[in-house]
Amino acid sequence: MLVGKPAGIPSSEITPKSVYLNRRRFLAGAALAGAAAVTGVAFRDLADLVNPSLTAQANAKIDGLQKSPFSTTEKETPYKDVTNYNNFYEFSTDKYEPADLAKNFKTRPWTVTIDGDVKKKQVLDVDAIMKMAAPEERIYRHRCVEGWSIVVPWVGFSLSELIKHVDPLPKAKYVEFTTLYDPKQMPGQRTSVLKWPYVEGLRMDEAMHPLALLCFGMYGEVLPNQDGAPLRIVLPWKYGFKSAKSIVRIRFTGDQPLNSWQQYAPNEYGFYSNVNPNVDHPRWSQATERRLGEFLKRPTLMFNGYDQVASLYSGMDLKKNF
Amino acid sequence: MNRLRLTKTIIFLAALIPLERLAWKAFHDALGANPIEVITHSTGDWTLILVLTTLSITPLRRITRQYWLIGVRRMIGLFAFFYGTLHFLTYIWLDKFFDVHEMMKDIAKRRFITVGFSAFVLMIPLALTSTSWSIRRLGGKRWQRLHRLIYLTGILAVIHYTWLVKADLRKPIEYGVVLGILLLYRVAVWASEKRKPQAIPAQAQNPL
Repeated sequence: MLVGKPAGIPSSEITPKSVYLNRRRFLAGAALAGAAAVTGVAFRDLADLVNPSLTAQANAKIDGLQKSPFSTTEKETPYKDVTNYNNFYEFSTDKYEPADLAKNFKTRPWTVTIDGDVKKKQVLDVDAIMKMAAPEERIYRHRCVEGWSIVVPWVGFSLSELIKHVDPLPKAKYVEFTTLYDPKQMPGQRTSVLKWPYVEGLRMDEAMHPLALLCFGMYGEVLPNQDGAPLRIVLPWKYGFKSAKSIVRIRFTGDQPLNSWQQYAPNEYGFYSNVNPNVDHPRWSQATERRLGEFLKRPTLMFNGYDQVASLYSGMDLKKNF
Repeated sequence: MNRLRLTKTIIFLAALIPLERLAWKAFHDALGANPIEVITHSTGDWTLILVLTTLSITPLRRITRQYWLIGVRRMIGLFAFFYGTLHFLTYIWLDKFFDVHEMMKDIAKRRFITVGFSAFVLMIPLALTSTSWSIRRLGGKRWQRLHRLIYLTGILAVIHYTWLVKADLRKPIEYGVVLGILLLYRVAVWASEKRKPQAIPAQAQNPL
């Protein structure tokens, strides 16, 4: 854990991640060799266990992180799980594959086009965006529409900082986020599972809510490629797919954007997609979720427990506006 | 006879590999971030693969004229039931943790659970009547008719898979195509055999 490190342990005694990861690889390799010798059976997937993708590349540290009052005190999901279990359809529909498929993904140079109903249309360099405000660590619950959840220490600052900087026009009622389209680098885009590029959207007041995070890191480090590098948003009160990854364009508009999943199945995925235990996915219940690492399922909370967003939706029928 | 025994031994050991692999991974903490999901998907996949394998025995033995292959079908069928049971147990134990109320709601409300559950239930009478004694007791014809339920299990299982995936239909479609070929083979055989009885009277006219 990066925050709240017990004071009694000097940092010199903490095993560097690269060392313990290597040790794990060694142990996995030794176990593999032993097992293979005993059984003499070549299991196809055993190779996965010593695949470097199961470990993680060391990403650059982000210094000077401020703590956030929005952070939960719940137990963080292990880094290994958050970096090896990714719904990132641009790379693969198999959650275990983006870790490997994204390892050579180029995140520099990277620009973000700001356009639509905005005063300062511009192309911003991602490094410039990252300097717009002081980076904070925000430990958020993250609930996938599939029924699993994680707790992640994201790094970034409120999306509102960027929006204020580019100054949208009064007629801008929505913000649309577009993910990079590059089938050469993103093999998932060579299939037509979803309509590419991936598009997500928010109502302006949702985007301006302080909880909405513009994110470029996690676990105190630069965001790993498979988690949406170099720039993504994180909306903890909405299902995970709303939190667009690897963003190259932010467009302000008067019309409600058609987000990719709604476009794919409008009866299953709405524009709002707020976490809501009372509104089931047509094919499965949303009442409970499995927190990765826990055996029993836990009840899902309204707005994923972020009640402070409730006022954004007062008077709205959330069964209809799912 | 020895050939059959050897083949059955190999199939028996091979059919246990998916389970061993899961156990090995579980023991080595290598089931990944969401172990229960991995177990659910793996047991489900292998149930379907083994159902398709039993369905391919008949075409295989006819096409290759290796009629002794019928001797391995029961074991493969029982392994399909075995993995189906594990798949079902994963659902009621690991996923729902014996919450009967939740499960009843699921079975009634969720189409993919309803068809998956039906596919499993239809395998139970087949497993129960898999003994030689049952075949004698029921008589070959009736036994065979009962065991055609496996076609329905296969169809329901593919529908189950199709309805549960979020967007990527490639794998359920692959299984569906294989199932389609195996069922079409039966339709073709049935159609050609239907023509045969007409040929018999024609032969009978010839003086012996």
